[in-house]
Amino acid sequence: MKLVIVKYNAGNIQSVLYALERIGKEAVVTDDHQQITSADKVIFPGVGEASTAMAYLQERGLDRIIKNLEQPVLGICLGMQLLCNYSEENNTTCMGVFDTQVKKFTGQLKIPQIGWNNIEEAKYPLFAEMPPNPYCYFVHSYYAELCAQTAAITEYGVRFSSALQKNNFYGVQFHPEKSAKAGEKILTNFLKL
Amino acid sequence: MAKQISMLTKRIIPCLDIKDGRTVKGINFENIRDAGDPVELGAFYAAQGADELVFLDITATVEKRKTLSQLVNRISHHINIPFTVGGGIGSIEDVSVLLQNGADKISVNTAAFKNPALIEELAREFGSQCVVLAIDTKLESDGEWYVYLNGGRLKTETRCIDWAKQAVNAGAGEILLTSMNHDGTKQGFALDITGTLSGLLPIPVIASGGGGTMEHFVDVFTIAGADAALAASIFHFKEIAIPDLKEYLQNNGIRVRI
Repeated sequence: MKLVIVKYNAGNIQSVLYALERIGKEAVVTDDHQQITSADKVIFPGVGEASTAMAYLQERGLDRIIKNLEQPVLGICLGMQLLCNYSEENNTTCMGVFDTQVKKFTGQLKIPQIGWNNIEEAKYPLFAEMPPNPYCYFVHSYYAELCAQTAAITEYGVRFSSALQKNNFYGVQFHPEKSAKAGEKILTNFLKL
Repeated sequence: MAKQISMLTKRIIPCLDIKDGRTVKGINFENIRDAGDPVELGAFYAAQGADELVFLDITATVEKRKTLSQLVNRISHHINIPFTVGGGIGSIEDVSVLLQNGADKISVNTAAFKNPALIEELAREFGSQCVVLAIDTKLESDGEWYVYLNGGRLKTETRCIDWAKQAVNAGAGEILLTSMNHDGTKQGFALDITGTLSGLLPIPVIASGGGGTMEHFVDVFTIAGADAALAASIFHFKEIAIPDLKEYLQNNGIRVRI
């Protein structure tokens, strides 16, 4: 199986690579269009700022490549947000795979949300064979609103999409690469798709 | 405004002091004792339910950078929870190497105080989420908490609260607050200054120093409102086991990951 991690100007790519190594999977980190389109599975990670990341992807034509992929794709954190329609973060038009918007947390809770939170109403297949309401590790200031494609819900001042799924596209707001056994199971489930 | 509901859990963070690649823990920053291999110990804590780890490097040799980055690389290959690396970090290059090797966050202390622009530069380059500002603070006889540098050896005239606010404005993502009055005493965390910062700052505060019993952890979360609590020797010397601590916290109505 050929597993590709999309290389772009966003952090945490190394962490995803190490997490895959821990569960015995090798991945290629690349921004090469042909390598990405020919992969069996694609992971699109990211920690960073939405508009800068989108501009970088557009300059290299990676946005068109990613949103037209037909194999299983897993967006993580910013990667998931960039697959939504729009992000409030610097007013950024995103790739429009998931039919929802990304908004900033408001209110009196601390921002970013940092730490372990509950995953509720988690759907198959990404959360298959897991105990109910697992905890996963989050670090984020922006969240995707609930929508028809919500595949898991988490509550931090507001109930938001902690996972999304549409056809072959999967997205998680938390960091499976840092979410202990639960995260390893989610990565394993994705790799089994 | 109605109180917002959050299901976010409070974090328990073991701290591993590292010297020349080995774990040590000082009592009041002195009398260091060896407590094992950092990777093994870290993996043990992760399996026990630790929510994050902090590795604080106190190596002072010229080999430091290389041994630390190698250790961080080993840690990230073996540990499946987030970890922070701190100790003598003073430049973008230092941070870049550590993040490249898999660290999730870095903590800065003395170097950031001497050059506050460092926090801004790090936040801009890598994002606030990976910039933890560590503050060592001490309550003086005038009733004020002051910032101390160089591992607690150098007093400044700056109040802890002023420095913390400045650091937040510069882009720090979390504050790791160590009370020197409490560190190593096992008499409980510094509830007053922790509560003050936690109530005042819009970013998470990690309380450190003084945790000796499970009640102390309840207090720092419920009374002081800390977002996370850090401790070292009580975990290293198995005085408190993390699963027992988490069960105790849960039984006291505190949300924790179990």
